[in-house]
Parts: sequence; C-alpha cells; structure tokens
Amino acid sequence: MVMEIVCPAGTPAALRAAVKAGAHTIYCGFNDETNARNFPGLNFNRVEMREAVQFAHQHGSSVLVAINTFPRAGDEAIWHRAVADAEACGVDAVILADLGLLDHTARTHPGLRRHLSVQAAAANADVINFYADTFGVKRVVLPRVLSVPEIAAINAETEVETEVFVFGGLCVMAEGRCSLSSYATGLSPNMNGVCSPASHVEYIEDRGALDARLGGYLIHRVDKGEPAPYPTLCKGCFTAGEKTGHLFEDPVSLNAERLIPQLQKAGVTALKIEGRQRSKSYVAQVVRNFRAAVDALEAGRPLPEGMLARLSEGQAMTTGAYKKTWR
Amino acid sequence: MELTVGPNQFFWPAEGWSVFYDDLTRSPVDRVVVGELVCSKRLPFYQDRIPDAISKLVGAGKDVALTSLALVTLKRERRLTAELAEMGVMVEINDLTALAHLPEPCIFSVGPLVNVYNEGTLRWLAARGARRICLPPELPMVSVETLTKVATDLGVAIEVWGHGRLPLAISGRCYHARLHGRSKDNCQFACEDDPDGLDVLTTVGRPFMAMNGVQTLSDSYACSDHQIEILRSAGVSALRLSPQSTGFAALCAMYKQRIAGTLPRGALAQEVLTANPRLRLSDGFLSGSCGAEWSGTTNHSP
Repeated sequence: MVMEIVCPAGTPAALRAAVKAGAHTIYCGFNDETNARNFPGLNFNRVEMREAVQFAHQHGSSVLVAINTFPRAGDEAIWHRAVADAEACGVDAVILADLGLLDHTARTHPGLRRHLSVQAAAANADVINFYADTFGVKRVVLPRVLSVPEIAAINAETEVETEVFVFGGLCVMAEGRCSLSSYATGLSPNMNGVCSPASHVEYIEDRGALDARLGGYLIHRVDKGEPAPYPTLCKGCFTAGEKTGHLFEDPVSLNAERLIPQLQKAGVTALKIEGRQRSKSYVAQVVRNFRAAVDALEAGRPLPEGMLARLSEGQAMTTGAYKKTWR
Repeated sequence: MELTVGPNQFFWPAEGWSVFYDDLTRSPVDRVVVGELVCSKRLPFYQDRIPDAISKLVGAGKDVALTSLALVTLKRERRLTAELAEMGVMVEINDLTALAHLPEPCIFSVGPLVNVYNEGTLRWLAARGARRICLPPELPMVSVETLTKVATDLGVAIEVWGHGRLPLAISGRCYHARLHGRSKDNCQFACEDDPDGLDVLTTVGRPFMAMNGVQTLSDSYACSDHQIEILRSAGVSALRLSPQSTGFAALCAMYKQRIAGTLPRGALAQEVLTANPRLRLSDGFLSGSCGAEWSGTTNHSP
C-alpha cells in the first residue's frame, strides 16, 4: 500500500493547497491553546474547520485535528469542547497527548478515531500497546529520538499504525517532556502550544554583530549581514567546559526523504511533514515532492533526486536520529 | 509537610553512591526514591548495591520507592522496567512504560517526569492505583492548588519539586558524549566527571542550563523556601529534594527546620547562598513569569 503523506495546514488556504497538491491527509488545529502550534494568525475557527473537512473529503483527503497540548488545571472544558467540536466537524481523527483527555475522549466520543501525538513521547512497543489497549489508540506519531531499526522493532511488536516525521523542524528533546522554553520565557509547548516564542525574541545589534536573544538569554551571535537563524533554544550556540558551539543540535532541519524506502520496509504507515506555520506554497511544494516519492516507490521507480534542498531556507539538513548517528 | 528525596539524577562512583544513601538513613527525611532515572548505561556500576540501600533505608524507618527510567527505548531498558515491580518496594513511574508493566491492581507513585497537568489525568492515575504524585516542576502555583484539592479528595498525596536543579528535558541523544565527540554507545561515561551536571553558559558567559548525559537541567537550583507557606496551605504533602554531591545532609536538615517553623522564611535560601555564593536559585515556575526567576533579592548576579 502506498505510504500516506500527512501534511500540515495552518490556514484554510494551506489546507486547500495541500489537498490539491496530493496530500492524502491534512492535520490542523483550532485557533487556541489546545494545539501545539498556537501562533498568532494561525489555525482554524469552528466554521473554517467544518468547511475544510468538507473540502478535503470532497477531494478524497482526510483531516486530523491536533488537540495535543496538556489541558490546564481548572480549564479542561476548553479541551473537551475542542474534541466535541472536532467530532461535530466530521474530522477523521483527533491527535491527543494527555492521559486525561485520551480517557475523556475514549469514554465520551468512542466513535472518534484517536491518534497518539508525538507530544506523548511513546518510544517503545510496550507503551504504545498500552495506549492502544487502554484508550483504543489506532495510530502513534513516533518521537524524533528513534533510529530506523528501532522503528522497525516497534512495528514488529504492535498493531498500532506508526507515523514518523520526515521533513521540517526537528526537536532533539523528547517532545512533550521539555520545559526549556518555559524556563527561559514562561511559555512552553506543553502548556501554551509554543516553543521559543516570538514574543520573547529580541534581535540586538552590538558592535558589528547581531545578537538573537530569547527571554534575555543570548542564543546566537552572527556578524552583521550574515543570516541570523531564529533563536530556537535547543539549537543555540553555548559554552560548556572548554567547548563553544551548538551543544544540543546544530541549526538544522529534518529531511528524511532518502530514507523513505527504509521507513516503508520498517513498517511505517504514514510520513508526516512538520510546519503548520508554513506558507501554502511551501506546503504545496513539499507535498508534491513527497507524493511523487511515495508514488515512485509504489510503482517500483527510483526516487526523484534531491527534491527538497531549496525549501530548507538556507538551513542545513539532517536525518536526525533515524540514521543511528546519535547512538 | 514531609520531605522526599528524589532519585539521584547524576552518575556517581558506586562507593560514593552507597555513602550517600547510608547518610540518608540518619537524615530527617521521610521518603527516599532510589534507582536510575536518566541513563540505563549507568546502572551496571551500582545496580547490585540498590537492594542493600533499600533495606538500610527501610530499616531506618524511611518509605522507599524505586524509580523507572525517564525514557525507555531499548529492549534492555524495557526488560529493566518490567522487573521494577519485582523489587518489593513501591514503583515510581517516570515514563508510562513502567505503568504498562505494573500488574493491576497495583499501588504506585508518579514522578515529576510524567505529565500530570490537570484533574482528568490525576483522576485517571488515581483510579489506576496512584497514591502519590510529584507534580511536573513546570506547573504554576494556581495549578498546584487546583490539583492538590482534587488529589486530597481522592486520597492521593501531592509532592512539589522543593530543591535542586530542575529536570528540563530528556533526549535520545547524549550531550556529554556529543561534547566529547563521541556517540552514545561509546560515551566512555563522560557524565561521571560532573557529579552535579556540567554548566552550560551563553557565549557571553551567562549561566543558563546544565547537561547531564541525555538530560538537560536548569543552571539554577530551584528553591521552595519562599513558597512553603503557600504550598502548605494548598495541602501539598511533601517537598521533593533532589540529590546533590555536596552539602545534602545539611540541606535536608535545613528544610526540616524550615517546615517545622524553627527556621524563618528566607533564612534557608540565605544559608544556601552563603555556603555557595556562586549558586543561582529559582522559584519562577511556581511564582514568577518564567522558570528561571527567583523571588528573592540575594541572588548572585552572573
């Protein structure tokens, strides 16, 4: 079976562009703190979601709604309403991370298909099967800390479908278990749906250099005129012991297009593209390329060459943990 | 209010590890969580000492729990996790994989690396057998208050991160190994050189974080001195003190005096800073606008 391309959409226009470009599945979120890309001007209100689902279904595509932050104590009703509204909009599945929300959804919306978000950091077959047995989870988005052989080993031991990130931003920390951002800024992926938020970024010119700060902490310094990467905390330049450099991760983005055949052999069901904050033209181009790749694979043709390099916005690309270089 | 000693987050020589837990038998803490939280590769160096430490601590009247790993990926780690329940003490889950292996029904405790952010999750864990939950350090006081109220009604004890470098992230990549140009499998146990973590500074020298193998910690030492009265009135059962390689017995004694009321608010933090003037303290997750903030005025300015 052809591998499923799961594509992000931050706006209704991006969703339509992705559908037309051949995405099998689109994932998106409501325009509030219930999703992990809670950026200004992004995401869908309830009316837009209903129309988006209709549009996608008319064109043979599916829609997943990410409700994958951890509900705030005292305000769970906001998250419960998001699940109910997603079901009412006719979405094909919800992507959840929180135990309490999984339990609520399994009990009160049993007919709504449940996927486990990468934010749940389910990194082995035992815990994946636990989520399936306990909450009826049908698919898990695997954390970006696993190698291809580890993914193959998981698929050999579970009936749950696996979805893996193949392109876009790269977390080097186990997702859903990182509070670096709230330590520096007060806002975190788990609680607020943001990491290294733009509201806390400052660019300061200092004697021919350009400093990028987050929450007052210097993350990068480049010479004036050089491209300044966004100050994502874990990809900053720091000093430890005798060494100064990108101690956690280089400012790279993930591109696992060359690994698609290996991921298919490893039993992966779906390939996920990161980037609900991206433009519709970016999304459309990434989708076209990945769709061409999985169609070529299915037909036994070689993969198209080097298709996505120019979409990385000048950033270096990495295959992340997949190639076992971490281990 | 009671005191719990959390699992040691660092890699210490086996002999020093044993001395640390021997000392704890004589300290005024109520509960000790032993075992390896951060990296399964460290375990063979002291694993055989764990049963003896447990029996000594139990003999000294301490409640003892055994932690799971924080991130379970390898077959060996899954096996270790499955075996936790056979050790005869309460298991503290710090990855849900451990829960998958606990028999039902089973009483267990929940560590700070399990995401308990709301009432629904707390109720679900309580129904499953959780009797004690150390909340994630990231939670603000308003969440602590809401959750403690629900937990009290359910008979679940709530712990809050009381003192020590904050566990901010866990990864599949070992940063100590990366720093030394090594892979994780060939790490040569570089983290052993830093018994309290290795300081990570910005390139202009401002302390920010600390690396500890696959774990990333805060530079600052979280300190609940200024929060104890609010935590107590919220119904929090215990403060969690995180092991550090020096001065830990004195720290435990000070917290005991602080919760007994024989040490005034602020005096504990002052003592800690006097003993080590270069230390940064924080309590911003509970009461500030970000985790790194400190409500006191006496912090060393980096």
